[in-house]
Amino acid sequence: MNYDLVVIGGGPAGLAAAIEARENGVESILVLERDRELGGILQQCIHNGFGLHTFKEELTGPEYAERFIRKLKNLSIEYKLDTMVLDVTEDKLISAVNTLDGFFQIKAKAVVLAMGCLERTRGAINIPGTRASGVYTAGTAQRFVNMEGYMVGKDVVIVGSGDIGLVMARRMTLEGANVHAVVELMPYSGGLARNIVQCLNDYDIPLRLSHTVTEVRGEDRVEEVVIAKVDEDKRPIPGTEQVIACDTLLLSVGLIPENELSKKASVEINPLTGGPVVNESMETSVPGIFACGNVVHVHDLVDWVTEESCRAGKHAAKYVKGELSASDEPIRTEAEDGVRYIVPHHIQKDNIDGKLTLMFRVDNVYENARIVIKNNGETIKSVKKRHLAPAEMESVKLKAKDLEKIQDGTLTVNVTVEEVVAQ
Amino acid sequence: MYDVTIIGAGIVGTSIAREFAKYELKTVLVDKENDVSNGTTKANSAIVHAGFDCKPGTLKAETNVRGNALYEQLCKELDVPFKKIGSFVTAFNEQDLAHLKFLKRQGEANGVQGLEILSREEVLNREPNLSQEAIAALYAPTAGIVGSFELAIALAENAADNGVEILLNSPVTAIEKTPHGYRLTAGENVIESRYVINCAGLYADKINNLVNEPYFEILPFAGEYNLFDRSTGDYLNTIVFQPPSDKGKGVVALPTVEGNFLIGPTSDGPKERNNVKTTRKGMQELREKGMKVLPDFPFHKVITSFTGLRAKTPDNDFIIDEPAGSPRFINVAAIDSPGLTAAPAIAEKVVQMVKENHGLLVEDMDFIPSRRPVNRFIEAPAEEKARLINYDPRYGRIICRCENITEGDIVDMIHRNAGAETIDGVKRRVRAGAGRCQGGFCAPRVMEILAREMNVDITSIVKDKKESYLLTGETKAPAKEFV
Ligand SMILES: Cc1cc2nc3c(=O)[nH]c(=O)nc-3n(C[C@H](O)[C@H](O)[C@H](O)COP(=O)(O)OP(=O)(O)OC[C@H]3O[C@@H](n4cnc5c(N)ncnc54)[C@H](O)[C@@H]3O)c2cc1C
Ligand SMILES: Cc1cc2nc3c(=O)[nH]c(=O)nc-3n(C[C@H](O)[C@H](O)[C@H](O)COP(=O)(O)OP(=O)(O)OC[C@H]3O[C@@H](n4cnc5c(N)ncnc54)[C@H](O)[C@@H]3O)c2cc1C
Repeated sequence: MNYDLVVIGGGPAGLAAAIEARENGVESILVLERDRELGGILQQCIHNGFGLHTFKEELTGPEYAERFIRKLKNLSIEYKLDTMVLDVTEDKLISAVNTLDGFFQIKAKAVVLAMGCLERTRGAINIPGTRASGVYTAGTAQRFVNMEGYMVGKDVVIVGSGDIGLVMARRMTLEGANVHAVVELMPYSGGLARNIVQCLNDYDIPLRLSHTVTEVRGEDRVEEVVIAKVDEDKRPIPGTEQVIACDTLLLSVGLIPENELSKKASVEINPLTGGPVVNESMETSVPGIFACGNVVHVHDLVDWVTEESCRAGKHAAKYVKGELSASDEPIRTEAEDGVRYIVPHHIQKDNIDGKLTLMFRVDNVYENARIVIKNNGETIKSVKKRHLAPAEMESVKLKAKDLEKIQDGTLTVNVTVEEVVAQ
Repeated sequence: MYDVTIIGAGIVGTSIAREFAKYELKTVLVDKENDVSNGTTKANSAIVHAGFDCKPGTLKAETNVRGNALYEQLCKELDVPFKKIGSFVTAFNEQDLAHLKFLKRQGEANGVQGLEILSREEVLNREPNLSQEAIAALYAPTAGIVGSFELAIALAENAADNGVEILLNSPVTAIEKTPHGYRLTAGENVIESRYVINCAGLYADKINNLVNEPYFEILPFAGEYNLFDRSTGDYLNTIVFQPPSDKGKGVVALPTVEGNFLIGPTSDGPKERNNVKTTRKGMQELREKGMKVLPDFPFHKVITSFTGLRAKTPDNDFIIDEPAGSPRFINVAAIDSPGLTAAPAIAEKVVQMVKENHGLLVEDMDFIPSRRPVNRFIEAPAEEKARLINYDPRYGRIICRCENITEGDIVDMIHRNAGAETIDGVKRRVRAGAGRCQGGFCAPRVMEILAREMNVDITSIVKDKKESYLLTGETKAPAKEFV
């Protein structure tokens, strides 16, 4: 089989990239999705809050996905469900398997990697105790509750105040469970401010900041968990332990971009994001292999996923048509004070059409700060921000007039601190 | 009336069951748990030891060296992963080096082949990730790695294929002597049997005491482990032991036969017999000791942690005997390390005891030594993959996305003898859920498959032990239907 463009993953990232590539003139496109339906993780996010930026209205996850799925079908873009991609090579030979076609290979001119991410588990954060059942990652619990129609427990403690943890605190409560606490290691929440209000405060669920779970107890099923306050080094403080009787522990302790396939294709991975190093076109270190969405860096808003993925699709189309300049990394981006990482990692100016969006995350909570973008030490743009938090992805758009000022070298982003709220 | 009743379906009980299956005997294997291999056999280092650290003349020394020699053929017959990768005991100073020389002499006395003390250069050449502080190592080429629970499961399956009955969920709570042998109460079952073989692991003393005078006591010693992501699976080529100490073999670092990496165990006890919890202290200890031999190891790549319990006694040797006054009752007890390695030899020995004491056994001419081969879709070459999907399209559906395990692989393991009935049972047989997401994605699908294949309600599927339920009921609103 031969295709001009193969998109791996049919979540919001893959869908947007495929649609954009078709709209930019690529006829032969195939989307491969291992799940039983398109839409990715959105299909289990039945709460509101998707699409405020893209559609200026509040949709549920499945509704947001549906708009793209319909468009994909209207454009007659080919896709295969229940199809697992097992391998991708540097020269874009894709091996996949499903029940209908069996084990098959596809040669592509360009590839978009859009595999999303997976959740960190109990093992990854080393919570001591027994091996009892009743410990779930929040996403797994969400799938059981929202898609399969089963409850996973009655008395719940949640570790991690990221958005998935918060959303699940509300969901479990609405389903009649008793959520005893949301426990957060950091002195601030890892979720969007609106989710703290709508998911915890509205239901009187206590948020225990600077706390962690130190032990899981129970022989067959969880019977209780022990939580404790942590010191500045995130170590439990002896004497602050508190036992909570519960049958369920949900973990919302971070997402990891899923890049096993990227590694097989020899795509360079950035250790900070856990995703591929990409340029302004969302092209990876392997020419013609693009990446977008959670596989590149973990997003909290699907709208940014869509925007980034459109860029990937558009430039993949250019690549197929031979219109994309090869990247020789003339401009590198560099995270400075207060910034953890920046996407894209490097920039080829002549591939940018119109504007360039820099996406990044800050490393702490800041109030009344400034984001300053400099090129070889010279300020290009500076934006005032009332509130910055690691949980919320930030972005700055550079317009044509800003871009004109940029020379080869480094483009830095930093936070100029006026007041640090929490360490 | 059974000829032989074996209590405990760990590596020892399953090895013995399969050995008896070679004869015309009516044999039953009972276990209190809902799956075979759910005791210590599922939580250990899974090393097939060479046999240099057992004291010469002990049962441990004898059965370790003999067991090691039996492994290759056994694992081939049963289609169980086994790799003879060799082991190093490292030395960091002159005192350690002197100990290596002692271990080498001891090993040679035990009949271990090929022991060699390698220079620093040679060691670092073979293991570039090892600490530069190492000055020498004792190399044992006969040491290997195996899938410990895979082997016990395969032994149980093969024993059952050859007519051995397996009774799960059947705790033995009473044993009486009868004119012809013994009467056992095992859960719902009452079993009459001529022979009883007690291989109840951590509970072997309790079983003995149901019918005999107490003469040993099991003291459980906990060993904690960290298991690491596949990406670290080639960090070492061999099994690497710490410098020798009085406290046994110490913390070991090794690639697992499934392609992960393992560091452990600690040693802490005596503990309660069910205390398999992990502790913060244990994890810290693993890190410190692991760093000593592998200073740059990426500890953050841990995917899970677990604890195993050693069935120790103060004498520090295996007990394989018929207690006075109880003919045809054999205790196979205090089988701590190297019990996994020794199990095939222990099984031979027990059958030999029966033959010697109670007359010849008639060989079963229909005995089949191998089990139906395991397909392992993802490891198969492309043509074989195509053939498998053609034969059963369910081999084309990947369920576990980290380890690439298909529905075909899982269904096969449910329908074999001694087949999987729980989520962890599936995981131990085909590794679905054993990868980096630890079942996050596949657990719901595996539950669906188990419920369908066993024709039970999905809410009755458990993770591991009897009460380890996963779902507490349906949600209020009906689930979103799949298209
Ligand atoms: C629980 C939760 C709550 C959220 N809440 C909100 C919210 O309220 N508002 C908001 O705007 N955003 C929210 N988000 C964020 C947003 O939904 C995600 O950022 C977005 O879904 C990411 O899109 P993606 O396409 O990159 O990844 P995914 O949606 O994860 O899609 C990746 C797809 O790739 C497929 N795939 C992976 N590997 C392979 C392979 N080898 N072969 C074939 N297919 C493969 C996967 O099956 C999956 O369908 C939430 C996210 C989560 C997880
Ligand atoms: C930390 C650690 C590391 C080790 N590393 C190695 C190694 O690398 N190499 C090696 O060779 N050995 C090793 N060992 C030793 C090896 O794991 C054990 O010797 C071996 O697994 C013991 O097997 P078993 O069948 O005797 O016990 P188990 O596997 O514990 O089986 C006993 C069975 O008896 C059942 N049972 C108990 N009571 C009853 C009852 N009343 N009624 C019915 N059934 C009952 C239990 O459910 C259980 O299934 C290690 C051990 C530990 C703890």
